[in-house]
Amino acid sequence: MITAGCDVGSLSAKAVILENGQILASNVIFARPEPEDSARDAMGGALASAGLTMGDISCCMGTGYGRNSIPFARAVESEIACHGRGAQWLLPRVRMVIDIGGQDAKAIRLDAQGNVIRYAYNDKCASGTGRFLEIMAGALGVPLEDMGGISLSSGNPVTISNQCVVFAETEIISLINDGRALPDIVAGLHRAMAHRVASLARGIELDREITMTGGVAKNTGMFAALQEALGVRLTALEVDPQIIGALGAAVMARDLSAGAGQGNHGAL
Amino acid sequence: MIVAGCDVGSLTTKAVILNQKSILGHAIVNSTFRPEESAREVMEKALAASGLSIGDIKFCVGTGYGRDRVPFVGKVVSEIACHAKGAHWLLPSVRTVIDIGGQDCKAIKVDARGNVVKFFTNDKCAAGTGRFLEVMAKLMGLSLDELGRLSNQAGEALQLASTCTVWAQAEVVHHLNAKKSKADIAASVNRAMAGRVAILARSVGTEKDVCMTGGVAKNMGVISSLEKLLGVNIRRLRQDPQIIGALGAAVFARERMEGASR
Repeated sequence: MITAGCDVGSLSAKAVILENGQILASNVIFARPEPEDSARDAMGGALASAGLTMGDISCCMGTGYGRNSIPFARAVESEIACHGRGAQWLLPRVRMVIDIGGQDAKAIRLDAQGNVIRYAYNDKCASGTGRFLEIMAGALGVPLEDMGGISLSSGNPVTISNQCVVFAETEIISLINDGRALPDIVAGLHRAMAHRVASLARGIELDREITMTGGVAKNTGMFAALQEALGVRLTALEVDPQIIGALGAAVMARDLSAGAGQGNHGAL
Repeated sequence: MIVAGCDVGSLTTKAVILNQKSILGHAIVNSTFRPEESAREVMEKALAASGLSIGDIKFCVGTGYGRDRVPFVGKVVSEIACHAKGAHWLLPSVRTVIDIGGQDCKAIKVDARGNVVKFFTNDKCAAGTGRFLEVMAKLMGLSLDELGRLSNQAGEALQLASTCTVWAQAEVVHHLNAKKSKADIAASVNRAMAGRVAILARSVGTEKDVCMTGGVAKNMGVISSLEKLLGVNIRRLRQDPQIIGALGAAVFARERMEGASR
């Protein structure tokens, strides 16, 4: 049985195609103005790379902020449930997921089946979301995807005293003017952001076996800073952390289609 | 006896020169990243406007975020105390002062003598500070004055759902792309601003009379939205609301001299 998951987020859209416990294909695109177009493009790319057509998919589950605009989704699930399920499918021992998206951050605690027990999230304040790093990268004139690498050579990270994105942006401009080294500024930004996300996670109590999902998890500097802020080693995922929501949706589509409540990794 | 007050803020620096009865002159300049230079420049302008020289000033009090770097002051006082004092000097019946600066917002409860009873301040989040309006005005290609004035012409009531300046910016862009009128968007921005300020104001209580100080008090859109939200009439001051901190500093300077001569 082939199933799919489609995660239409605020900045990107993701699709995953799953067959017999294997990821056949995945695709990540920048979101288009209409969520429906984002969904079609994300899924179209994934189908093309798997050499399949829509007719081959038994069931597709939608998730993400644009989930109700996905024309080909048979059902929808919250991103929180999908991130939990996707992470647990890849790493059965995982009990906590920290997901940092483009416009939000979530901390999710899971049971042994990947069901959500508790969660906390922030989408009210841009600080502590992917947007913080995006804006700072823009202010520093550095590509967002280079931020992680740049921070690794920092010897003396700066302290960012402002939490607010707007005020922190002004603060880093004065740090640049003061002649502070770019790696130290970037590392300081990662620390500041990690601190915000760590307090979110602590709000629901940390569990053993924590992993990080969402686009920001690709940033190695941020990954390291979050480990430091939490005082816990994070387990890295072996697939693109950005597709975990879509992956979880595909796993749930399989469960739905099989009519079974559960079903573990590779069981079908 | 002639005294002066100098308020070195994050965005503007203000000076007021005062004798026994009235304001002899005042000036406002944009702050540079050297507070001592901004202070000197604004004081020269205020002196020129009053036809005086620095030798005529018996005592000067400094306030504002750069107050410790002003070379010619004899004493420094917090902005909160200065705004309360300045507002009270102009309007003795004032009991609540709402001061919105370029990077912060304060709600101050004042007693019958112009002393601070209690206050709440926000300088952590740009929403509800002058910075919010600055960001939005720039985004809309308007001056801060235009942003304030345009509110009057608003028809359709638009809402900004986000508190965060960053997210609200995205909403404003969305409204601009949807070809909503700039007047309607400006009104929504001013209303959102007033909403944040109202939360702070309610936390100190809004005992009458209420007045507003700081640059944002020139924005009629914010004032009228705030009046509606708080259900009070906001009394207008008979001076530029931006100079009230410097005025209060000058009043402190005069009190200090009177105390010394007694």
